[in-house]
Amino acid sequence: MKALTHANICLGHLTALLLLTLLTLAAHTARAQYSVVDDRGIANHWSTPPERVITLLPSLTETVCALGECARLVGVDRYSNWPTSVMAQPELGGGMDPNIEAIVALAPDVIFTAQSSRGAQKLEDLGLKVVALEPKSHADAKRVLEKIAQTLGLNPERAQQLWLTTEQAVAATARTLPASTHTLRVYIEVNRAPFGAGPTSFIGETLTRLGAQNILPTSLGPFPRVNPEFVVRAQPTVIMISKRDLPEMLLRPGWAAMQAIKENRVCAFASAEQDVLVRPGPRLAEAATLMATCLKRFAP
Amino acid sequence: MNASLPDTHFSQNSRALCSAWLLALLCVVVLIAGLCVGSAGVEPLWRLLADPIAAQIIWDIRAPRTLGALLAGALLGLAGAIAQGLFRNPLADPFLLGSASGASAAVALALAGFGISPLATQWLLRLGLTAAAFMGAVLAVFLTLSLARGVQHTLRLLLAGVVVGVVLGAFTSFLSLTHPDILQVMQAFMLGSTGFVGWSACGIMGIVWLACSAAGRGLSKALDGLALGEATAQSLGLPLRSLRAASIATLALATGTAVAQTGLIAFVGLAAPHLVRALVKTSHAWLLPLASLMGAALLSLADLLARGLLAPQELPVGVLTALLGGGYLMWLMHRRGPTHD
Repeated sequence: MKALTHANICLGHLTALLLLTLLTLAAHTARAQYSVVDDRGIANHWSTPPERVITLLPSLTETVCALGECARLVGVDRYSNWPTSVMAQPELGGGMDPNIEAIVALAPDVIFTAQSSRGAQKLEDLGLKVVALEPKSHADAKRVLEKIAQTLGLNPERAQQLWLTTEQAVAATARTLPASTHTLRVYIEVNRAPFGAGPTSFIGETLTRLGAQNILPTSLGPFPRVNPEFVVRAQPTVIMISKRDLPEMLLRPGWAAMQAIKENRVCAFASAEQDVLVRPGPRLAEAATLMATCLKRFAP
Repeated sequence: MNASLPDTHFSQNSRALCSAWLLALLCVVVLIAGLCVGSAGVEPLWRLLADPIAAQIIWDIRAPRTLGALLAGALLGLAGAIAQGLFRNPLADPFLLGSASGASAAVALALAGFGISPLATQWLLRLGLTAAAFMGAVLAVFLTLSLARGVQHTLRLLLAGVVVGVVLGAFTSFLSLTHPDILQVMQAFMLGSTGFVGWSACGIMGIVWLACSAAGRGLSKALDGLALGEATAQSLGLPLRSLRAASIATLALATGTAVAQTGLIAFVGLAAPHLVRALVKTSHAWLLPLASLMGAALLSLADLLARGLLAPQELPVGVLTALLGGGYLMWLMHRRGPTHD
């Protein structure tokens, strides 16, 4: 009798265990198949969150790391340099010339790359999963953050929380600026061709958030190549430029007579700062701080 | 093509003179129009001069860049005419001896060098991109000459020029790839721009153009002789070797100067002499100055459109020179039909 009860209990345990296993398995398969649609409209499926991750664009590398998943990276493109730990990763070429062989050899579970970069098709033909994302604006940066969190199988709240923190930091930075900075008219040069940053660009959006004015009109698009005399005529009160282009800018015909240059109302950003400014990624708040510091210096 | 009969000689000469006046007039018109067209589209000059900032823009930016476009076009047109005469090839252009790829390689190197080390930056700043481009262009021509072992063999020269162009082009691409921040600047350089041409640049181009035109005048007889074939030229007693060397030096100087100030402006050098030949059949004594004028008119017109069409944005002027010159050549070829050479 006692033995029988024992057997019964044993059987009961066994059944319970079996049931539990089945349940977990069912739960696992239910969660397993999840898919992410990238900016090209192509869907990829995963049964388990990818563990081996490759990024081929600096802003995507930064986003993965900002989500706290830097450890999953097994390789990055040659331009990714933040956080500094990623520079120890294998370098897999750039967006224009990804090193397909090296990427395949690393057997990644997912490759994050820019939509404009080459090689996505080839990598997919080789059986790899490519998620192409193109961050260009603030809204894009948020969407990319969510997509990456989703792909990595993270709780969506983590992405939302990170974005919220960033937004709040930008707003806080904007609040520290005196109202007089709103009258500043800024020319931001991204390249000496000269290409400027318009209000619809990522950089221009940050400037707008800080309340300052952009000398370039919205109609010109994100990064117009402007006639140099346009800048002289617009008489910006502040110029933001990279440190490496500054000496050449001062020599341009007619530019030295500009009020902003005469009064040295120019912020020259070092190359590491320039990286923060031009990458539409998670360091948006840091970029806002850099620009705010510049605006404060020249507040009327 | 230059063997005009004596009785038509006079009419051809007066035709050439007439074309020269017309082209000069066109250049003057474009020069004046160039002062009125800028980032705000077309504005009347008198209204601009009333506004101190606009007046300063006209004097410091528009006037030198318009004059610069004329001079760079003149240099390229002249160089193109010399190249086509020297190589006896209607496809020859001033960039044939590797000067364009040499200039872009040097500019890429200089741009990549900025920011590598403070010392390099200091040194490069003193030198400037303009000087780097000029040195690159001249060095590339020297490289071509040394590969061709001198100036005697036209075919060797052409081949060496192509090889130097390909190798230096590959070097430029490699540099742009490893330094992505210079990509856009390199692209702007490759398509050319007169946006940053100042008075000093105009001065340099003006002096070089005068020198090269004088040299061209001295070389025109020899180029006429060369047009009849090398053997004939030799039998006429022309000192071919030294004439070739002088032509190449003129060509390299004119091209290098234009490229250094305005970037690689395609097609002006190739199209200008052809457009002149479509107007008038004449000897090199006329062809060289006419090609200069044609190049000047072509480039300054293209620059005017580049500034005006999308103002305040700028189109790459090289795109427009190709459209204007190429479009006109295509129309000419279409009009003449398949039987004409």
